[in-house]
Amino acid sequence: MRKGLRFSGFGGQGVILMGHIVGKACVLDDKNVTLTQSYGPEARGGACSTDLIISDESIYYPHVRKPDILIAMSQSALTTYLPSLAEGGILLVDTGLVKSAEGKGIPATELAESKIGTRLVSNIIMLGYFTAVTGLVSKESIKKAISTLVPKGTEEKNIKAFDIGYGEEKTD
Amino acid sequence: MKPGTYFMDGNTACAEGAIAAGCTFLASYPITPATEILERMANRFPQIHGSYLQMEDELASIAAVMGASWAGRKTMTTTSGPGFSLMMENYGFGLMTETPCVIVNVMRGGPSTGLPTMVAQGDVMQSRWGTHGDVGVVAYTPSSPQEMFDLTIVAFNTAEKYRLPVVLLSDEMVAHMTEKVDIPPEDKITIVDRKKPDVPPDEYLPYRPEEDLVPPMACAGEGYSVHVTGLTHNEKGYPTVDEDTQNILVTRLIDKIRKNYQDILSYEEYMLEDAEIVVVAYGSASRSAREAVNIARGEGIKAGLLRPITVWPFPEDRISELAAKGIKAFVVAEINFGQIVYEVERCSEGKCPTHLLPRMGGSIHSPEEILERLMNINEFDTEEVYS
Repeated sequence: MRKGLRFSGFGGQGVILMGHIVGKACVLDDKNVTLTQSYGPEARGGACSTDLIISDESIYYPHVRKPDILIAMSQSALTTYLPSLAEGGILLVDTGLVKSAEGKGIPATELAESKIGTRLVSNIIMLGYFTAVTGLVSKESIKKAISTLVPKGTEEKNIKAFDIGYGEEKTD
Repeated sequence: MKPGTYFMDGNTACAEGAIAAGCTFLASYPITPATEILERMANRFPQIHGSYLQMEDELASIAAVMGASWAGRKTMTTTSGPGFSLMMENYGFGLMTETPCVIVNVMRGGPSTGLPTMVAQGDVMQSRWGTHGDVGVVAYTPSSPQEMFDLTIVAFNTAEKYRLPVVLLSDEMVAHMTEKVDIPPEDKITIVDRKKPDVPPDEYLPYRPEEDLVPPMACAGEGYSVHVTGLTHNEKGYPTVDEDTQNILVTRLIDKIRKNYQDILSYEEYMLEDAEIVVVAYGSASRSAREAVNIARGEGIKAGLLRPITVWPFPEDRISELAAKGIKAFVVAEINFGQIVYEVERCSEGKCPTHLLPRMGGSIHSPEEILERLMNINEFDTEEVYS
């Protein structure tokens, strides 16, 4: 198993944090994982992305060129990265912010505002949805990774956000 | 740090490696793409009574590191190309005065300020010959966050054992990449400390070497008198303007590395047993090379990889052996316009062609461009080696 993932959006949405949470969860799941991210001014406002390779084998070449899974949190991210999506790849979008004829998604930012009262957790809602749709990482590991990586004092809010996103796809 | 498996970027792993090695003094000036190392250490040092000094520039940073080393600390400075250039004068001072310390250079695109946020490997020859005079040097090229941790510890141990500034020659790709990093328990980590004099102060000659060509090092406050000078000095440490002293001292500084070559040398071999084409690559470029070798093997091409972990000293003997064995060619993939390729060419002594696959920086080679060269190796004769 070897999968390339690309999380994209605009700087400030927590796109890079999404990558780090999934990466840490992979380590907890004892999978090999390599993360590369945008490094520069785009990480603070412009189109921004983080790439992960998840594999049972050792990972050498570290770049994702044709992601198997693309998560787009903004329209410009979709425009930039959709052409790179592998044939038969999965596209997940924030349907409140991104108009797309392809893929599937949930209105993560709207849900964050209406159910948690802050759009800051839209990325974590999206992660919940991602986890449910792809099954690439275990729910337990992702939750553990969220608790360690989000700012102290916001753990509960973020776990709640994760469950909302996860529940949009699955009820268990 | 608590032993365990972490998801960590290369720069953070380097900082943790330094702390695990016993480093308690860092003097640096922030520079992309190395800044995360000093950020991490500035955060961690208060927990272990370490000192971080943010200096006014890189000249001052390395000078402070020299001073703190003579005060008995394990010391480090972190930088990238432009800062490394500024450090060249005191790099030589450290080599001449045999001052243990670690210089981390996270390479980015050059020359000059170049490409601050992007990868390159253009400082390989600078770490060998960047300072004036004849020197013996050691430089490690990590290729993963795990090696950023492991090789930082090894760099400290080599610096302490052989008393010299050791270069950790990393690159932006490896430094900013995040991967699984295993941090072993303290008792599983080998730590080497500098030799101390075991004679009374009036009998101590600070630059009299022992059998391994390394003199025991007395530090400030330990009761010994030591004169530390960049001028040519005798065993007492006094400046002496004469040919014989120069001959004895500089020969020893070079032999210290040359004669302990087998102990310091480190490289990794992959599928070399029956390889007809040998790719030589280090640091982040070696990751693409390994992928290319795997694809090539699938296509029935007998390719292998020699990955220098120490670019200095260079695995000269192994290259010579492979060339003499009658391999078809060496392919050197590096993110510069040819630096290590000259070492490979020199060591192969004309017994097989050496092809350069250069890259100007900004990104690493794709496995496919290395593969293409492996598949079409016969189309390149020696005339076109540098095409």
